[in-house]
Amino acid sequence: MAGVSTKEIKNRIRSMESTRQITKAMQMVAASKLRRAQAQVASSRPYFEILYAAIHEIAESNSDFSSPYLVERKGKKTAHIVISGDRGLAGGYNSNVLKLALSKMEDQEVIVLPIGKKTADFFKSREIPMLTASYTEAAAVSLGDCFTVAKDLCKRYLNGEFDRVYVTYTRFVSVLSQNPESLQLLPLVRREDVPENSRKSDILYEPSCEEVFETIIPEYLGGVLYGALCESRAAEQAARQSAMDSATQNADDMIADLSLKFNRARQAAITQEITEIVAGQ
Amino acid sequence: MTGFPLKIVTPDGLEFDGTAEELVVRTISGDLGIMAKHVDCVAPLGMGEATIVVDGKRRYAACIGGMVSVINGAVTLVPTTFEWAEEIDVARAEASEKRAQAVLSNRSATETEIKLAKARLKRALVRKNVRK
Repeated sequence: MAGVSTKEIKNRIRSMESTRQITKAMQMVAASKLRRAQAQVASSRPYFEILYAAIHEIAESNSDFSSPYLVERKGKKTAHIVISGDRGLAGGYNSNVLKLALSKMEDQEVIVLPIGKKTADFFKSREIPMLTASYTEAAAVSLGDCFTVAKDLCKRYLNGEFDRVYVTYTRFVSVLSQNPESLQLLPLVRREDVPENSRKSDILYEPSCEEVFETIIPEYLGGVLYGALCESRAAEQAARQSAMDSATQNADDMIADLSLKFNRARQAAITQEITEIVAGQ
Repeated sequence: MTGFPLKIVTPDGLEFDGTAEELVVRTISGDLGIMAKHVDCVAPLGMGEATIVVDGKRRYAACIGGMVSVINGAVTLVPTTFEWAEEIDVARAEASEKRAQAVLSNRSATETEIKLAKARLKRALVRKNVRK
């Protein structure tokens, strides 16, 4: 009886050990990818922030509503760009961002632009229409792709195919914390707290206000999209790294527990054998 | 000479943050020169050379796409690509130029291909010119 159980425990320890090896390797890969992604976030963040601030400053000082990008439309058609990872095993990273995206889509006519395989699968199974499935691999999307997407979105927005554009992504706060966030990209939101009369409209638009918005908004959208993508990538690696770290820890705990059980069983078997010999049976 | 605060940011990072005396950029409607106390203004950038004077020294750069804004005297240049003249990879620009010309001389190229090739050719030429 004792012999069988030691063998069983041994097998479980062995399988635990191989699982641990995998999680440990994944953690290390994620950690090194995280370092690269973090550097990318650090270099793209000032661009993201300054671009955002500059565009909003311009939008707020423009009080004549001459650009369609500034006008709030009543319709319910929205386009959602949802950025997730390509693979699982990253803790709550994918499900958190998808949950947030889904909650934002209630009672609206939605069309999704998925970035990341997980988003594509998620919305396919829910039969929500997709704009394009050509960016389903988040790791392969480049800066150029972001600008192409942005240009396309702006064109469709101006054609009235949808009335609002959102992006849902995960903000990389630190290695230990990542927050899913949703941003309204179009139309540009004006902050309510700016009083009407403090809005000055003496900015010189070169060559004209319409043309400035027409060229700048797609650039802005592309830039914001790229920033969101960088944040999401770093967040994914950070989430995976900590998920795999705790998985490795759990495996360690289980191995320690099983080794203790194994030694007890081994000892029990020896004791029993000795008793049997002494008793002369 | 009086300076003005200037920030240059690209998706690859902060290229410049400090005080400059003069900035000339190519916008979609031609060159725009900015000195201290410029009126508030916004303009989208075209493809061309940017000149920046810092501490009396003139620096050149290839500056493509994006926008420039002057708000309350602070200048923000947000280009898609921005390369200082001394950092431009001429070999790469030349290779890109050749590829673009190959597409343009190909009669069976589609309209979008031609459009892309034209943009690429222009970028390559801007880079080569700035480097000189």
